Amino acid sequence: MKKMIAGATALAASAFVAAVATPSMAEAKSLTLCWAAWDPANALVELNKDFTKETGIEMKHEFVPWTSYADHFINLLNSHSSECDLIIGDSQWIGGAAENKWYVKLNDFFDKNHISMDTFLPATVVGYAEWPKNTPNYWGLPAMADAVGWTYRKDWFAKPELRAEFKSKYNRELEPPKTWDELLEVSKFFTGKEIDGKKVYGSYIYTERGSEGITMGVTNAMYNYGFDYMDPKKPYHMEGIVNSAGAAKGLDVYKELFNCCQPKGLTNAYMSEGLDAFKSGEVAMQMNWYAFFPGLAKDPNVGGDKIGFFKNPAGPAGQFTQLGGQGLSVVSASKDIDDALLYVKWFAQPAVQQKWTDLGGASASKAVLESDAYKKSAPYAPSFVESMGMVKDFWAEPLYVPLLLDMQNRVHDYVVANKGTSKQALDALVKDWIKVFKQEGKDPS
Amino acid sequence: MTTAPAHSKNTQIPPTLRVGARGLSDKAIAWIFIAPTMVLLLAINIFPLIWAVRLSFTSYMANLPRPLSFVGIDNYVDILTDEDVWDHFQTTAHFVISTIVLQVLIGLGLALLINHKFKGHSFWTTVILLPMMLSPAVVGNFWTLLFQPQIGPFNYFISFFTGLAPSSFTMIGSVDLAPWTIVMVNTWMWTPYVMLICLAGLRSIPDYIYEAAEVDRASSWRQFWSITLPMVMPFLMLAVLFQAIQSFEMFDMVSLLTSGGPGSTTELVSITLKRSAFEKWDTGYASALAVILFVTAFGAANIYVKVLNKVKQS
Repeated sequence: MKKMIAGATALAASAFVAAVATPSMAEAKSLTLCWAAWDPANALVELNKDFTKETGIEMKHEFVPWTSYADHFINLLNSHSSECDLIIGDSQWIGGAAENKWYVKLNDFFDKNHISMDTFLPATVVGYAEWPKNTPNYWGLPAMADAVGWTYRKDWFAKPELRAEFKSKYNRELEPPKTWDELLEVSKFFTGKEIDGKKVYGSYIYTERGSEGITMGVTNAMYNYGFDYMDPKKPYHMEGIVNSAGAAKGLDVYKELFNCCQPKGLTNAYMSEGLDAFKSGEVAMQMNWYAFFPGLAKDPNVGGDKIGFFKNPAGPAGQFTQLGGQGLSVVSASKDIDDALLYVKWFAQPAVQQKWTDLGGASASKAVLESDAYKKSAPYAPSFVESMGMVKDFWAEPLYVPLLLDMQNRVHDYVVANKGTSKQALDALVKDWIKVFKQEGKDPS
Repeated sequence: MTTAPAHSKNTQIPPTLRVGARGLSDKAIAWIFIAPTMVLLLAINIFPLIWAVRLSFTSYMANLPRPLSFVGIDNYVDILTDEDVWDHFQTTAHFVISTIVLQVLIGLGLALLINHKFKGHSFWTTVILLPMMLSPAVVGNFWTLLFQPQIGPFNYFISFFTGLAPSSFTMIGSVDLAPWTIVMVNTWMWTPYVMLICLAGLRSIPDYIYEAAEVDRASSWRQFWSITLPMVMPFLMLAVLFQAIQSFEMFDMVSLLTSGGPGSTTELVSITLKRSAFEKWDTGYASALAVILFVTAFGAANIYVKVLNKVKQS
C-alpha cells in the first residue's frame, strides 16, 4: 500500500512538473545569427551568452566557411528563408540587401532607441550600414571593423647583420616600409635570404582568383597610386578613373611585388595561405586582414616579440587601405524580428561593444577604438585605428558579384598569368563594368 | 493435402482483372512499362534542356528576385564575340586533343604489353587500373598536394633528376607548365580506361591470323601495322569518342587542381560555364553557353559516330 501511495505521489508530482514546465518550454525563444566561420565568430558565441543570460533568448549560430559564405547566405536571403534572424553580412551585400528588401531598414528603430550612427567610425557606417552610400538610410549596425594591414618579422628586422647589409645597400635603416617603393625594396632584400636555416621570401600578397582575394589585395596598391571606382562628380563614370595611368602603375607595382617576392606556388592564395606562410617562417612580411592579428600576436612560434604590425604603405596618390568587415542586420524574412531588433539594441550598448573587442572581436565603436586603453591593449591596435581612418571599399551595388568577378579575372590574368599590359587589363575591366551597370539600368557614360 | 485446393484457388484470375488484361493491347502494356522512364527522362533531362534554351534568351539572374526579361540572341552574340570565351575553347581543345593523343598512345602500348602473359601479370594489371577507379575529386586533391613546391614529392622527384631546386618551380602555378600539368594528370587517370578498351580489341583478334602471318614470314612490325592496328581501330575510335566526351566535359579534377588558373591559363569551357552560372549568377548567359556546348558536343559526336560506322564497315 505504501508503495502504491509513493508511486501515485511520484506520478502526481511528475504530472505537476510537466504541466508547469510545458508552457515555459513552449515559450522558449531563440534567435539564429549567421556569419562566417572564423576566429571572431567564436568570440561572438562567448559574447552572446550574456545576451541569453539577460533576456532568456537562446542564441543559435550558423557559421559558414568564407569560401561559401557569400553564395550560401545570398541564396538564403534571396529565397526569403527565415533560417537566419540576424546576419553579419559582408559590406558588399548592402546594396542588394537594401534594394531587394532582404534586410529590415533600421532608421526608425535607431531613432526610437537612441542609437546614433555618430558613435561609430564614419567609414564603417558608410561601409556596413548605408545604402545608398553617404545617405542616412541604415540597413545594418557596424559590427566587425576590419581592414587590410601588414605583419612583419620583427626579430628578422632586428638582426644586426641584416640591418647592416640593408643600410649599406639602400643607405637607410631596415624598418617597416612606409611607402610601396620601400615595401618593394624590403621585400626584394629579404627574398632569397637564408634565415633560421631556411630560404625565405620578402612578402606574401593575395592572389586568389575564385572569390575576392586578389581584388582585396591589389586595391591596396592601386588606391595609393590613383585608382578609384568612379568619377566623384559623375556617378558611375569610370573611363579614365578606373583605367587611369596611376591605377595602371599601382597594378604594375603589385605585379612586380608578386614576381619578385611571393613564395612559389602561391598563385591562388588568400587569407589562410598567408597565415600559413607567415607562421611557417617563409615570409618576412604578410598582407592580411586585421581580424587575424589578435591570433597571430599570440602565436607561439611567430607571435609575441617576433611579430610587428604596420598599416598599408602610402603611394604617390595618398595612403588608403582596403576595408573589410561586416555589419549586423535583421533579416526581413525572420519570424522573430522583434527579438532580433532587441539583440541589435543590446549589441549596440557601449559596454557590450567593449566586451566584444576584449573577447577578440573588433568593435567599430568610436568610444572603444579611440580610447587610449584600446591603443595600448595590443601591438596591432594603433595601426588598426589609423587604418580604419584611411579605408576605401569595393562596389556595394546589387550586382556587386559580377563586378567583383570581372575585376578578379582581369587583375589575376595580368598579375599572375602575365596576360597583356596593366592598361589593357584595366581598359577591359572598364568595358566589363560598363556592361554590368547597363544591365542594372545605370548610366555609366 | 490442404494446400493444393487453396493454391489452385489463388491462381485463378478474378473475372474483372481477366477482362482488363484482355482489354489491354500489347502497345498499351508497352507504354505502361515505358511510361515511368519516359516521365523521369522528361522531368530530369528534356524539361531542363528546354528550360535552359528558354533562359538563354533572357537576362535572368538566379540570385536576384527579378522577372524574366527577354533579350533575344544577345547572350549568344556576347559569347560568340567574346575573345575570352574563344580562348577558353582553345584551352579546351588543347586539353582534349593532347589528352586523347597521349591516352591512345600510352593506352595502346600498355594494352600490347598486358596482352602478353608475364610474371606478375595480374598484379601489374591491377596497379595500372587503379587510377581510373579513384574519384576525380580525390585525384585533384592529392595531385595538388604532390605538386606543392615546398612539400610536394613531385618537385623533389624532378629536382633529383634535373638538379633544380624543388621550390624553384611550380607545376600548377606556372603559366607554361599548368596546361601540361592538367593534361598529365588526366592522362594518368584515364589511360587505363583506354588500355582496357584496346585490350578488349586485342583479345578479339583470332590467333590464326597471326599464325598465317608468321607462315608468310611477316615481321612483328608488319603484323602490327597490317593486322593489329586495323583490327583494334574500331575499339580505339570508340575509346577516342568516350574520352573526347569525358575530356570535353572535364570539370571537377581541373577545378580542384588549378581552378582554371593561373589567370585563365587552364580555364576550360566547363569552368567558364560554372563561373557564369554559379559565381556570377548570370543564368541567361550561362544557359546560352550551355546550349552552345551541347550543340558542339552533340554535333561533333554525331559526325564522329558516322565516321566510326564507316570504319567498321570498311
